[in-house]
Amino acid sequence: MDLSYGPEYEAFRDEVRAFAKENGGRAPHSYFSEEMRAWQRLLISQGYAARTIPKEYGGYGAAPDILKSRIIAEEFLAAGLPMGMANQGISMLVPTLLELGTEEQKQKWIAPTLRGEVIWCQGYSEPGAGSDLASLTTRATEDGDDFVINGQKIWTSTAAQADMIFCLVRTEPDKPKHEGISYLIFSMKTPGIEVRPLVTMTGRAEFNEVFFTDVRVPKTDIVGARGQGWLVANATLKHERGMLGDPNQAGTRFKALVDMMRAETVDGGRLMDNPVWRDRLLKLQARVMAMEYHGLRLLTASLKGEDPGIARLIVKLQGCEINHLLAGFANDMLGEIGVLYGDTPHLRAHGEWQQRFMFDLGLIIGGGTAQIQKNIISERGLGMPREPKGV
Amino acid sequence: MEFGLTSDQTMMQESVGRTLERVSPLDAVRKGASAFDALLELGVPGILIPESAGGLGLTLLDAALVAEMLGRHVARAPFVASAVMAPIALAGTPYLKKLATGEIKAGVAVSEHASGARDGAGITAKNGKLTGMSLFALDADTADVFVVADKFGDLYVTSEATVTALTTIDATRSVAKIELDGAAAERLSGSAERMIDAGRIMLAADTLGAGQRMLEKAVAYAKERKQFGRVIGSFQAVKHMCAEMAAELEPCRALIWYAAYGFDALPEQSRRLAAHVKAHLSEVGPQVARTATEVHGGMGFTDLLGLHYWFKRIGFNRQALGGPERARHDAAVAQGWVGN
Repeated sequence: MDLSYGPEYEAFRDEVRAFAKENGGRAPHSYFSEEMRAWQRLLISQGYAARTIPKEYGGYGAAPDILKSRIIAEEFLAAGLPMGMANQGISMLVPTLLELGTEEQKQKWIAPTLRGEVIWCQGYSEPGAGSDLASLTTRATEDGDDFVINGQKIWTSTAAQADMIFCLVRTEPDKPKHEGISYLIFSMKTPGIEVRPLVTMTGRAEFNEVFFTDVRVPKTDIVGARGQGWLVANATLKHERGMLGDPNQAGTRFKALVDMMRAETVDGGRLMDNPVWRDRLLKLQARVMAMEYHGLRLLTASLKGEDPGIARLIVKLQGCEINHLLAGFANDMLGEIGVLYGDTPHLRAHGEWQQRFMFDLGLIIGGGTAQIQKNIISERGLGMPREPKGV
Repeated sequence: MEFGLTSDQTMMQESVGRTLERVSPLDAVRKGASAFDALLELGVPGILIPESAGGLGLTLLDAALVAEMLGRHVARAPFVASAVMAPIALAGTPYLKKLATGEIKAGVAVSEHASGARDGAGITAKNGKLTGMSLFALDADTADVFVVADKFGDLYVTSEATVTALTTIDATRSVAKIELDGAAAERLSGSAERMIDAGRIMLAADTLGAGQRMLEKAVAYAKERKQFGRVIGSFQAVKHMCAEMAAELEPCRALIWYAAYGFDALPEQSRRLAAHVKAHLSEVGPQVARTATEVHGGMGFTDLLGLHYWFKRIGFNRQALGGPERARHDAAVAQGWVGN
């Protein structure tokens, strides 16, 4: 056991902390803005974003160092500053191109994506292909030098703002389902694409539906070989699952709950002084702590290049569950005030807890449902047999 | 930065595990066999005792790794009180050498401070003599001396206790009522809280080991047992029960490591950590115990299979040294969220 980072890393932490203090005022307030892109460029130049992406593709070009990445995340979190742009283009497409793209694709797309000049959306899920993603039916048929795409995607975040899409389509309908998929990248301005906002239970349109009618895409705009799209996509899904279960978020949210327990009063008494509420808060604290230290265990495994096995497989399930529980507890704590929503008197935290309670349920479902996670844990983690295939 | 066990720690834990596999199979546990002599050969009774007093001089994390193995094998042996709590209270006294060699074993009677006093329990000190009663003294049947706390939490050691064994659900543990009537005692300098914290971490680790074993048994059974022409482990209903057990248990390991490490390295946090780890394992453990039993179906409920030894061990651990509600209250006090 050694929980210190050592002098080299503490010096690095001081650097990041000094940067945060000096430049915190330049942090952007909205996501799709020039302010955000300027922030992103600043972070890349310091190595606080796109840290390990090679310089030739517009990154900072540092050697991978998990501890330094963690220190950056910790210090930005502590200072309440947004990290660089985190979007599906940066977190999913860029690693995929680095791993499987052609040199031309890397040169063309990575740098502008990192700088936030090109926004991407992800065209994976379909109305009939959710957990069973490989059964997707959006067709891409060959016509001369082009593919012609027809079909529909759903759960497409940022489709309305996106310049480009990375999209799974069926190019070989006669092959077994996993072998007939290709991974295409094309402009969202291509004729024949229609984006319809998908309003969720939160009342916001965090997602979209995207319809393709005879959309023509040059055959060269493919990542990986034709029919290999499933493997290409899986290279990125693993990045998404890591992203959704970040235990850091839970720690920050828990602190907010503690503050609320101290600030909120009922009949003139603080919630913190009520043993029933306090017991519920403490139950959650243990779970948040367990996941925080579990994160240290996973971090150590990464540093040693070890596969932590089942310890890694439970993170998405537990992380999303705890976030949902935290939001639910905040609402309970507020009682009737907890059901206020929208722009209304007596609302707390801009209605953010109720919004999170709903949106976090979406995250339990998205990115591999809780049930799929349990299949993964039991099959890969515990070695239990797969469910026999249906007909 | 390294959050994990050293290779020495892993080897030590494996060695304890192998020993217990040999001396504490279920048949032996049923007959009430003690693993103490085999553990003594490994030096376990002196695990926390300094080398200068004949012990191994290891840390509480090492002790937690042993506790995990004891729970895994539902082993019967004085440990939580005799090898962990008492040596902390008896630091610097001649008792340590005797504990390390196995010449004596110790019991600990502090449940009034860990769980609260019931049935009129409580011990009063007057002119160095102790009078009163303490319930749920741990490692009682083998104890030559008892570490006890008076009503103010001051610690004493005495060998003049009248011991009445209490029968619990858990046949692998020994608890007793001890009665003192003007018993001669030596005053000790340590605090009851510190000792209770260590004991709580041990019980949590014991539950982790027992729970992990129950999960493994459930998975193995589900891969073997056939119904409707399939192994039941291929039904998602059963797989998901197993996945839920694993998802709850796995982070507990890190929580225990951290709390046990923190006991030595982060003493200002150790009260809160110990209370939390005890409370959390007291919630997760019984949930795993019942789920694993259900996966075994009717057989899980029988004495024949003996799964209940683990079930009951976990049930005992939940209440000993303070149930989860009590422990969470202590965690709240420890971080200043509420007064005593």
